[in-house]
Amino acid sequence: MGERSAVVEGVRAYGLIAGMWVRAGMTYRASFVATLVGNLVMTGMDFVGILLMFSQVDSLGGWSLPEVALLYGLSVTSFGIADLLLGSMDVLGARMRDGSFDTLLVRPVPVLAQVGADRFALRRLGRVVQGSVVLGWALVAVEADWSVSKVLLVPVMVLSGAAIFSAVFVAGAAFQIFAQDAAEVQNAFTYGGTTLLQYPPSVFGKDLVRGATFVLPLAFVNWVPAAHILGRPYPVGLPSWAAFVSPLVAVVCCALAALAWRVGLRSYRSTGS
Amino acid sequence: MGSARLYLAVAVGGFRRYASYRAATAAGVFTNTVFGLILVYTYLALWEERPGLGGYDQAQAVTYVWLGQCLYATLAIQGGGAEKDLMGRIRTGEIAVDLYRPVDLQLWWLAGDLGRALFQMLGRGVVPFLFGWLFFPMALPSEVSVWGAFTVALLLAAVVSFAIRYLAALCAFWLMDGMGISQVVMITGVFFSGMVLPLNAFPGVYGDVVRVLPWAAQIQVPADVLMGETEPWGAFAFQAAWAVALLALGRLVQSAATRRVVVQGG
Repeated sequence: MGERSAVVEGVRAYGLIAGMWVRAGMTYRASFVATLVGNLVMTGMDFVGILLMFSQVDSLGGWSLPEVALLYGLSVTSFGIADLLLGSMDVLGARMRDGSFDTLLVRPVPVLAQVGADRFALRRLGRVVQGSVVLGWALVAVEADWSVSKVLLVPVMVLSGAAIFSAVFVAGAAFQIFAQDAAEVQNAFTYGGTTLLQYPPSVFGKDLVRGATFVLPLAFVNWVPAAHILGRPYPVGLPSWAAFVSPLVAVVCCALAALAWRVGLRSYRSTGS
Repeated sequence: MGSARLYLAVAVGGFRRYASYRAATAAGVFTNTVFGLILVYTYLALWEERPGLGGYDQAQAVTYVWLGQCLYATLAIQGGGAEKDLMGRIRTGEIAVDLYRPVDLQLWWLAGDLGRALFQMLGRGVVPFLFGWLFFPMALPSEVSVWGAFTVALLLAAVVSFAIRYLAALCAFWLMDGMGISQVVMITGVFFSGMVLPLNAFPGVYGDVVRVLPWAAQIQVPADVLMGETEPWGAFAFQAAWAVALLALGRLVQSAATRRVVVQGG
C-alpha cells in the first residue's frame, strides 16, 4: 500500500466512522438539536463577554470592536473546523486506559483516522457557524483598505488556521500517548490558543506574543495576517511578507505533528491489563 | 453521631477518588494557569481603559481572575462534579441501588461532592492562585478574620454549587440523556458565575439581575468577601438563602422523581 492510497484509505475510513457517529447521535434527535443549540450558545458566550467589555469601553488594547471581532471570527472559525474534524482526540487517554485503544491498532485502517473520527459530533458545527457569523459581520464592519490580495487572504487565513489548530490537536494526541491521563494539557493549547487569539496582541505581554509567534506559531492563524488587512503594525516587528506565510507555517506544523504522532504510536506500550 | 461519621467517610471517599488522578491534576494546574494568564492580560487592558470598572482597581481585577481559576474546578463551575456520576447512575438504572441504601440520597451526594471540591481546591486551585500572587500585584487582606470569613463564603459557595448541579442531575429522570442538561449547567455556570467577566462589571439592569441569581454566590460573593468589597454577614445570608432554597427544591424534585423511577436494563 503506497503513501497515497494510505491517505485515501484514511479519509475514507474517517468518513465511514464519522458517518456512524452522526447516525448514532441522531438517535436522540431532540437531544441532538438541544446540544447543537447549546454548542452555538456556549461558543457564543465568549463573544458576549467581549460585547460586555465593549459596553464599558470603546477600545481594548487600542483595537475597536469590529477589529477585535475580526480576530475573534477568524480564530473561532478556524478552530471550529479543526475541532469538528479532530476535537474528539481527548478521548484517546481514556481509550488507552480502558484498553480499547489496542483494538484500533489491529484494525487495517490508519489509527489517526480512527482516533480523529472517534465520537465525531456534528453538534460541533455550532462553533463554526457562530464564528462565521461574527467573522461575516466583522468583515463588513471594519474600516479596511480592501484589495484583491486582502480579500483572498481571508479564506487562506481560515484554512491555514484550521490546519495549524489541527496540527495542535494531533500533537496533543501524540503527547497523550506519553502522559496517559493528562488530556487537559492539550486544552491549554487548543482552547487556550483560540482564546488568546480572540484578543489583540497588544493586550498581552511581549514574551507571550513571542511564544505564540515563534514557539507555537498561533500568531499566523490571525494576528499577523489580520494586522496586514487592518494596516496595523505586525506583532514582534515581523517583516511585511509575514502576512502571507500562514499556509507555509501550516504545512510545517502538520508535518511536525504527523512526525510526533508516528513517534508516539511507535513508542506506545499497552497497559497490559 | 453515627450518620455524621458516615457522611464524613463519603466525603473522604470523594476526596481520595479525585486524588488518584495525579497526572490529570497536574494537567489541570497547567491549564488553569495558562487561562489565568490570558484573562489577566485582557482584564488589565480593560481596566487600563476603564479604571475602577465595577468598583475594582487593577489589583482587585487581577485577584478576581486568579480566584476564578482557583474555584473553577473546585466549584465545578462548568459541571463535571457529583452530578455527572449521578446522571450516569440514573441513566444506567444503578440509582435503584442508591435508593435502597438507608441514607439520605441528597446528603450522600453532597458529602461526596464536598470531598471532591476540597481536593480540587488543594490539588489544582491553590497552585495557579499562588502563581498569580507571585507574578502579579494582587489585593489580598492581611487580617486573619477576613480569611476566616472567606473560608465560610467558600463553603457556602460549594453548597450552592452542588444544589444547582443536583437539581440539574435530577432532570435526567425525565430526559434520560444528560447531555443537554450538562450543557445548560455549563453555559449558565460559566456565564452567571462571572467566569467571563466579574458580575459587577456587567452593565445596567442586566448586571442587577445577574448579581442576585444563585450563581453569584459562587465566585463573585467569595471574591468580594476576600477583598472587603462586601460586608460578610450580608454575603453569608445571601449564599445561605440560596443554599436552603435550592436544597429544598432539590428534595421536592427528588421525591417526585423517585416516585416515578423506572429502572432501565431489565
